[in-house]
Amino acid sequence: MVLLVGFTHFPAVATFIDSLMSTPRAGRAAVFVGMENYRVMLEDPIFWKSVMNNFWFAFITIPFSIGMSILMALWVNDKIAGRDFLRTAFFLPTVLPMIAVANIWIFFYTPGYGLVNQILQLFGFAGHNWLGEPNLVLGSVIVVAIWKEAGFFMIFYLAALQSLSPSYKEAAQIEGASAWYFFRRIQWPLLMPTTIFVLINALINAFRMVDHIIVMTKGGPDNASSLILFYLYEVGFKFWDQGYASVLTVVLLCILALVGLLQFFILDRRAHYQ
Amino acid sequence: MRQPVSDLRGSTRRLDRARGWLSTSAAWLVAIVWIVPLLYALWAAFHPSAFATKFVLNAPLTLANFVSAWQAAPFTRYFLNTTMLVAGVLGMQLVVCTLAAYAFACYEFLGKSALFALVLIQLMVMPEILLVRNYQTLTQLGLVDSLFGIGLPYFASAFAIFLLRQTFKTIPKELVEAAVMEGASSLQILRKVYIPLAKPTYLAFALVSVSYHWNNFLWPLVVSNSVESRPLTVGLQVFSSTDQGIDWSIITAATLLTSAPLLIGFLIFQRQFVQSFMRAGIK
Repeated sequence: MVLLVGFTHFPAVATFIDSLMSTPRAGRAAVFVGMENYRVMLEDPIFWKSVMNNFWFAFITIPFSIGMSILMALWVNDKIAGRDFLRTAFFLPTVLPMIAVANIWIFFYTPGYGLVNQILQLFGFAGHNWLGEPNLVLGSVIVVAIWKEAGFFMIFYLAALQSLSPSYKEAAQIEGASAWYFFRRIQWPLLMPTTIFVLINALINAFRMVDHIIVMTKGGPDNASSLILFYLYEVGFKFWDQGYASVLTVVLLCILALVGLLQFFILDRRAHYQ
Repeated sequence: MRQPVSDLRGSTRRLDRARGWLSTSAAWLVAIVWIVPLLYALWAAFHPSAFATKFVLNAPLTLANFVSAWQAAPFTRYFLNTTMLVAGVLGMQLVVCTLAAYAFACYEFLGKSALFALVLIQLMVMPEILLVRNYQTLTQLGLVDSLFGIGLPYFASAFAIFLLRQTFKTIPKELVEAAVMEGASSLQILRKVYIPLAKPTYLAFALVSVSYHWNNFLWPLVVSNSVESRPLTVGLQVFSSTDQGIDWSIITAATLLTSAPLLIGFLIFQRQFVQSFMRAGIK
C-alpha cells in the first residue's frame, strides 16, 4: 500500500502538475518562424507601452500597498477604539470579487456625476475623466489595486506583530522611545521576513492583476493602462495570435523567474522553506 | 538633570495622547474610505435609480433593482455554476493535494526534492499566466466551455501541497509508529492520523480556495463562452458590459448579489477567515 500511494498516485499528480506548468510552445513555434515573433515583439510599441505601464504599476502599487498595510496592522494591533470594525473594514476588499468592486469603482470615476468628481467639486476643484485621460488612467487603476491589496497584506503584518514579544514594547516605553523610533529601530527590522514575503507576493500580483483592467478600461485609452498580462490576453484571445501570445507568456515567465531567483538566492532563503 | 527629564516625560505623555487621538482618527478615516465602495453599492442597490447619484436621506428604499438584475440575466444558473465550480475544485484539490503532500512528507523516493521544487514553481507561476497554452491543452482535451475545464488547472494546487506537507511534517512520528504497530495500512494512517490532525490547515486552505475561486475571473472568462459554464464573475461582466448601458442601480444590485455569499460568510466567520488567511500566509 505504501508503494501504491507513493509511486502510483504521486507520479500521476506530479506529471499532472508538470503538464499544467509546461512552458508554452514558443520553442516549437521558433522552429518554424525562428525569432520572428520575438522580433515582432521588440518592434511592437504596444508591447513596450504595456511593459512600461506594468513597471509603473508595480513600482507605485507595491510600496504604497505595503506601507498602508503596515500602518493598518499597527493600528489594529494597538488598543484602538473600534478595533474590530477597523480590521473588518480594512480586510473587506480582499474578500470581494475584483470584478464586482471594479464595477463600483467605474462609477466612482465616472466623469460628471461620479463620486470622486462630486467630492472634488465640493471643494471647488475641477472634475476629471479619470478613466478616459491617458495620463490619469494608470493612476486610477493603481488606486484600486492598492485599495484591494493593502488589507490582505495587513493580515500578514498583523500576524507577525502579534508574535513579537511584548517586552520590546515595555522596554521601549521605559526608555521613553517615541513610537516612530520604536517602529523604525525595533518593529521594522523584526518584520523584515514578513516584508520579504509580502514583497514577493506583491510582485507576483503586480503581474497577475488584470481583472480590473478588463472591466474598467480594457487597456485604454490608447493602451495607457495596458499591462503585460492584459496585452497577452488581448493578443491571445481577441486577435487569436497564439504564437505571439506565447512569446509574451515567455516574457512574463522570465519576469516571474527573476522574482523567484530573487527570493531564493538573494533574500533570506530559510525564511519560508526548510 | 533629573527634574527636567520628568517634566519632559509629562509633556511627551500629553503629546502621545494627542498623537494617539490623531492616529485613531486617521485609522477611522482610512477605514471609512476603505468601505465607501461597499456602502455606495448598498446605497445604489437599495434605492431607485433616480437616487443613484443623489444622496438624500429620504430616498425611498426598494428591492426592485435586485429583481430586475436577477431577471435580466441567468443569475440562477451562474450561481449554480460558481457553486459547483468552487465545490468541485475544492474537493479535487483536497484529494489530489493530500495524497501528494503525504508522499512528499512521508516517503523517500528518487528525485523527491527536484519534484518538490517543480511543484513550488507553481507558487510563482499561476495557471492564469499560462492561459494561452492551457487553453490549447483544453482544446485538445475537448474541455473548453465546461465547468470541468475551468477547474482542471487548479486541481493540483502547489499551495495546498506545500501547506499540507508542512503540517504533515510536524506530526510526531510516534503516532505513526503506533498506528503501524496496530497493523494500519498507509492509507489508513493517512485517514486516521494525518488528516484529523491537519484539520486547521484544511479549514484554512478551504477558505482561501473558496474565496479565490469564487472571485476568479480571467481564466473562466477565457474558457467559458456559454451560459451553461459561465461562473458568476464572468456572468456579471457580460451583464454589466452589454445589456445595461449605465443603469448603476441594477449593476450595483448585481454586483452585490455576486459578492453577497462571500461577504456574508466573511462577516459571520470573520475570525476564522482572518486566521485562515494568516495561517496560510505564515507557513
